[in-house]
Amino acid sequence: MDFSYSDEQQMLQDSVQKFVMSQYDFDTRRKYLESEKGFSDEAWNLFAELGWLTVPFKEEDGGFGGSAVDLMVVMEEFGKGMVVEPFIPTGVISGGLITDLGSAEQKEALIGAIMEGSLQLATAYAEADSRYNLAAVATTATKNGDDYVLNGTKIQVLNGPAADKLLVVARTSGGQFDRDGISVFIVDAAATGISKREYTNVDGHRAAEIHLKDVKVAASELLGAEGAALPALEAAIDRATLAVGAEAVGAMDSLLKKTVEYAKTRKQFGVAIGTFQALQHRMSEMFIECQLARSIVIMAAMKLDSSATVQEKAKAVSAAKSRVGRAIRKVGQEAVQIHGGIAVTDELDVGHYFKRVTTIEHLFGNTDFHTLRYARL
Amino acid sequence: MNADFTAEELEFQKEVRQFLEAEFPKDIKHKVDNGIRLEKDDYVRWQKILYKKGWVAPNWPVEYGGTGWNPTQKYIFAMEMGLYGAMEPVAFGMKMVAPVIYSFGNEEQKKRFLPDILASNVWWCQGYSEPNAGSDLASLKTTAVRDGDHYVVNGTKTWTTLGQHADWIFCLVRTDSTVKKQEGISFLLIDMKTPGIKVSPIVLLDGEPEVNEVHFDNVRVPAENLIGEENKGWTYAKVLLTHERTNIAQVPNSKLKLRKLHNLAANTPDGNGGTLLDDPMFARKLAEVDIQVLALEYAELRTLAAVSVGKAPGPESSILKIVGTEATQFIDELYMEVAAYHCMPHVPEQFTEGFEGERVAKGTLASSANVYFNNRKKSIYGGSNEVQKNIISKAVLGL
Repeated sequence: MDFSYSDEQQMLQDSVQKFVMSQYDFDTRRKYLESEKGFSDEAWNLFAELGWLTVPFKEEDGGFGGSAVDLMVVMEEFGKGMVVEPFIPTGVISGGLITDLGSAEQKEALIGAIMEGSLQLATAYAEADSRYNLAAVATTATKNGDDYVLNGTKIQVLNGPAADKLLVVARTSGGQFDRDGISVFIVDAAATGISKREYTNVDGHRAAEIHLKDVKVAASELLGAEGAALPALEAAIDRATLAVGAEAVGAMDSLLKKTVEYAKTRKQFGVAIGTFQALQHRMSEMFIECQLARSIVIMAAMKLDSSATVQEKAKAVSAAKSRVGRAIRKVGQEAVQIHGGIAVTDELDVGHYFKRVTTIEHLFGNTDFHTLRYARL
Repeated sequence: MNADFTAEELEFQKEVRQFLEAEFPKDIKHKVDNGIRLEKDDYVRWQKILYKKGWVAPNWPVEYGGTGWNPTQKYIFAMEMGLYGAMEPVAFGMKMVAPVIYSFGNEEQKKRFLPDILASNVWWCQGYSEPNAGSDLASLKTTAVRDGDHYVVNGTKTWTTLGQHADWIFCLVRTDSTVKKQEGISFLLIDMKTPGIKVSPIVLLDGEPEVNEVHFDNVRVPAENLIGEENKGWTYAKVLLTHERTNIAQVPNSKLKLRKLHNLAANTPDGNGGTLLDDPMFARKLAEVDIQVLALEYAELRTLAAVSVGKAPGPESSILKIVGTEATQFIDELYMEVAAYHCMPHVPEQFTEGFEGERVAKGTLASSANVYFNNRKKSIYGGSNEVQKNIISKAVLGL
């Protein structure tokens, strides 16, 4: 039994931590969010330079190794500073799909570019009525000679505005909820027939609603075998779920730290509010939640890196997301409540952590979804 | 025991419904139903209609413009208003400063201020909290120093809701710093146009500048604007905090939100061919909060009944505040759960009047995360829920 990081993981953590602490303060982050793109190219290039963009990828594809524990290490530190660069949509989800489904040529063309920071990707999977069911795909791809023709609407495409290419999940056969018949296509973001409605999410991250109208895609842009993409999509979203779970662990750590700090300095009734036992117990409970969230995320990361079955891995991820979701509600709400009015203002970082972790709670399946998925797997 | 309405009360209920159908402006109703942001003018217009009807101030004494209704009628009126989506008049004038004026003000002050409050000619805002006086309100530091016929006011008030629209502000100010903190506070009315007042907006988590800081820099206030006696302000404010907590439980509002939520859940695909209402996990939570609101409603009715036989509402209002705000906040959580991915986009312009495009994400659900964030304030303001629990511990349980 050993829960310590390897030397490499320790170095990775140190390097991300140092960056977040010294170069990613709240005002810098705000500046990035308010920029046209909503994140920093400079920071992204630095991620590439420091090798962080290789973390999601296997050694055989030129990556750092692709372990879930490595991913967890990076994401937890990102969470502490609420890093907004599109590491998950480009590296984890899209990168994961390409790793699992891509041909040698496709990997060659795309993975290197992701790792060097020159390619932004977004995976368009969710639809207005799909909720969290990845098999609920109404967008169609119809074979027409050497091409496929795509029609449909995708919602909440993270990094949709900045993506050079989109990985579009579409149905090549079967009914709306069938597990078979789902395919993924690599589509140029500027292709004819694509229109984007770009927006900012409540947590500051950029996303888009993407409309596909008779979008022609060459058959060579199909990622993996026709109609068989769902397992890879589920695996990629599971990795992303683990990643945001680790991010939430980092963000909740920041929330707890800031709340305790505030309780020690904020005076009411002539004393620091941290001297009130009613609040002390609630901060102790926040601490317990943080510890349990961290523990279950570590469990899930280790499971993903093990030789467990696909089902066991999925179950571990759902366990983590379900438990982290409960922690998010508790820790987020208590951090705001104990701070009082100042935490519902835009000015203080606490509210922004609260918004980010709340978004995470609803991303890739909320607490109920993953609790039920856990029960059924 | 009897909680049934009498024939007269049922008749009254019908009359209120007919009035709302006929008189609540259709354009405002459209905004409320579609989650479009209300403007100051919407509130003013609606209050003037209520005023014309004579129904604007159910809780005021008849001599100042009250309706003379019994508690059941007040309850029916508030419930019908809430269920229809008709806004209550903004509280700062009607529920907060007016009762202080008619209870503790002199005749001249009553004549000068009350009619304009009733008719919504003048907007009021509240100057209670300060940056360092939140839950511990009595530690407030804004000073008012007597100088001839005037008080000179210096300090900063915060969390002043709608202060950007207000014509007047009612303030708790310190007039004596040599005595116990509660005993040196006075209640002062200040014209917002007086030189030396600066209003700076505070943007909240949903991106809206809903509240403000109000700064006073040597603001000269005529001494005739003092309510009651100097250094008695805390008593006035405190008495009214318990007496004027009508509808603090927000039962009608929660019921309307639950009704809409039920409807939304019944029309929200669960991603597997059914609807969210078929999901037992969701249905259970919806039922639990429904039951909570029902218990709250009867707790409120029992309080009203006690008041009607002359018992002053005491610490019961703390129960209503705690449970009411928590129920609202829990309902907000369920809206987000219904919305799923649709709760994420932050596109405030689609909730303003005149927006003609198609909304990103589904209908009003698209604002559900912002509503959730914003309503976290409810367990903080009006005496935080922790302060309410302290009141119950001390005043009820004798701890």
